[in-house]
Amino acid sequence: MNVADKLVAMVLALAAFAVVIGLILFVVSLLERRGARRVAWFFVGPTVLLLIVGLLYPAGRTVVRSLFDAAGSSFIGIANYTAIFSSPDQLVVLRNTVLWVLVTPFVATLVGLLYAIWVNGARGESAAKALIFLPMAISFVGASIIWKFVYEYRFYDPDVRVNPEQIGLLNQVLVWLGMQPQQFLLNQPWNNLFLIVVMIWIQAGFAMTILSAAIKAIPAEITEAARLDGVSASQLFRFVTVPAIRPTLVVVLTTIAIGCLKVFDIVRTMTGGLYGTSVVANEFYTQSFTAGNQGLGAALAVLLFVLVIPIIVYNVRQLRQAEAR
Amino acid sequence: MTTTPPPVQVVLPAGRSEGDVAATVRATKRRLTSPWATVAAIVLATVWTIPTFGLLVTSFRPAADINSTGWWTVLTNPNFTLENYRTVLATDSSQSLLPFVINSVVIAVPSVVLPIFLATLAAYSFAWMQFRGRDALFVAVFALQVVPIQVTLIPLLSLYADIGVAGTFWAVWISHTMFGLPLAVFLLHNFMREIPGELVEAARVDGAAHVTVFFRLMLPLLKPALAAFGIYQFLWVWNDLLVALTFAGSSNQVAPMTVALFNLTGTRGSQWFLLSAGAFVSIIVPAIVFLALQRYFVRGLLAGSVKG
Repeated sequence: MNVADKLVAMVLALAAFAVVIGLILFVVSLLERRGARRVAWFFVGPTVLLLIVGLLYPAGRTVVRSLFDAAGSSFIGIANYTAIFSSPDQLVVLRNTVLWVLVTPFVATLVGLLYAIWVNGARGESAAKALIFLPMAISFVGASIIWKFVYEYRFYDPDVRVNPEQIGLLNQVLVWLGMQPQQFLLNQPWNNLFLIVVMIWIQAGFAMTILSAAIKAIPAEITEAARLDGVSASQLFRFVTVPAIRPTLVVVLTTIAIGCLKVFDIVRTMTGGLYGTSVVANEFYTQSFTAGNQGLGAALAVLLFVLVIPIIVYNVRQLRQAEAR
Repeated sequence: MTTTPPPVQVVLPAGRSEGDVAATVRATKRRLTSPWATVAAIVLATVWTIPTFGLLVTSFRPAADINSTGWWTVLTNPNFTLENYRTVLATDSSQSLLPFVINSVVIAVPSVVLPIFLATLAAYSFAWMQFRGRDALFVAVFALQVVPIQVTLIPLLSLYADIGVAGTFWAVWISHTMFGLPLAVFLLHNFMREIPGELVEAARVDGAAHVTVFFRLMLPLLKPALAAFGIYQFLWVWNDLLVALTFAGSSNQVAPMTVALFNLTGTRGSQWFLLSAGAFVSIIVPAIVFLALQRYFVRGLLAGSVKG
């Protein structure tokens, strides 16, 4: 297909969609003119149908599939699940996922919170915020390329003492400091932390935006009163700011944690999950599409689902409490 | 999965007046007399910006230079070219990424329009119509936001193969529409409930049909909400890798920019001249959308719940 064909295909799809919706609404107005009251299903029907076909039915099939072997021919019960929790490779995957979920939300939120406080009310506040926020508009793939270049390594042989120029900034900094260049993405287990840095870089902007809005909503009387009592900046932070925005902090932490559970693009783009960096969402893809073990892949997808639920339940309960107050 | 985290619902203390805001601003200004805060902010902003800046500079350097010297050497030895962008955007080169850019556009437009329109219809019925099981159904739609798309991919793939749309734009459009719906319904429903009920009641009493109320009253009033979700969904679709990788394959017939860039990183001896320029071609579109419509986007972020 050339460019024109693709654009025509797109316009035709939009036109087809418009015709279908137009027909539905036409039928609705005919019915309404005849005095029919029950037209709601025409409005909600297409959405419900798509959700059943696109989410419910496939999710059900995946749960069933996770109880079958690699080829999908024989029922093996929970063997795929026990494999996740016993095979050494899969245990590394679980360890990495836990590391992502524990480290990223707290660091990203702390950075975002501190930055939000530092620039609050400063001149050029919105420009300063845009700098930190902009990584959020960049795709995970784009962010991974940006950071892969920062981590780029040029071979250094201490015996030959020929030192090639590093083109990755981080290794050049090491050289400037008189240290050895490192293979940041290969050295286990630290390479996981260098992948997590990418996620922190992205999510700090998200945390900052949300927390900044919450900080600006703290009633001025409270901060004024604290100031009159002569508290220091760090005391103000600990005893006034943080308690006042606690519900928002919980939402930000849990939201980033869920994002980390599902992180796929960064790991896939930077290491492909090799060198001991795989996580559940990446392992799902590897097992399902390249390793040819759809049973294990399905079990990993279901595990992802199960892990997300408690975080969301906690989040919703916190929201309810906050709203009740 | 994209860089864009799902919108979250944030509870802000209510009942604040203009005077409070002004007082807060004055108070915080005074606090910022601490020069350390300014220094720390500048350091952090610099650290945050340098990685992107480095790749941006690299994208304008000759391919040979990129692989032999660091991008910071342009300070002492400036040598720039547009050749990388010419290669990436060429119309007749095998290394061109232009077909993938076109694919990204072709994928994004229907993937944003379809869920918005379907979800607005559904949200309208949830907000302003009476039918049996309405509340239970709404909770079910809301709850579906927790389903990670990973659990749907393989069964959907075989479903698409059965109906003959596997590997076409249709598979990608339909997938993004289905995955976007729960959040869209929830967000638009929230906005719709903020419209005073008397407006709708009055129109209905005057004999206006639901279709009329929907087009004449709801759509115009919902413009900011539609913009907020539209930007969110656009960023999500434009930046998506997983859905595209699964349903669009790798060929330049359907695959978007993210897949093309992903495949380039896999090739041995990273071709940084292509990757850097290609990355910025793919970044520039969402960056413009984001900077131009930031106001709506932040509003959308502050109003939603959890997706993915």
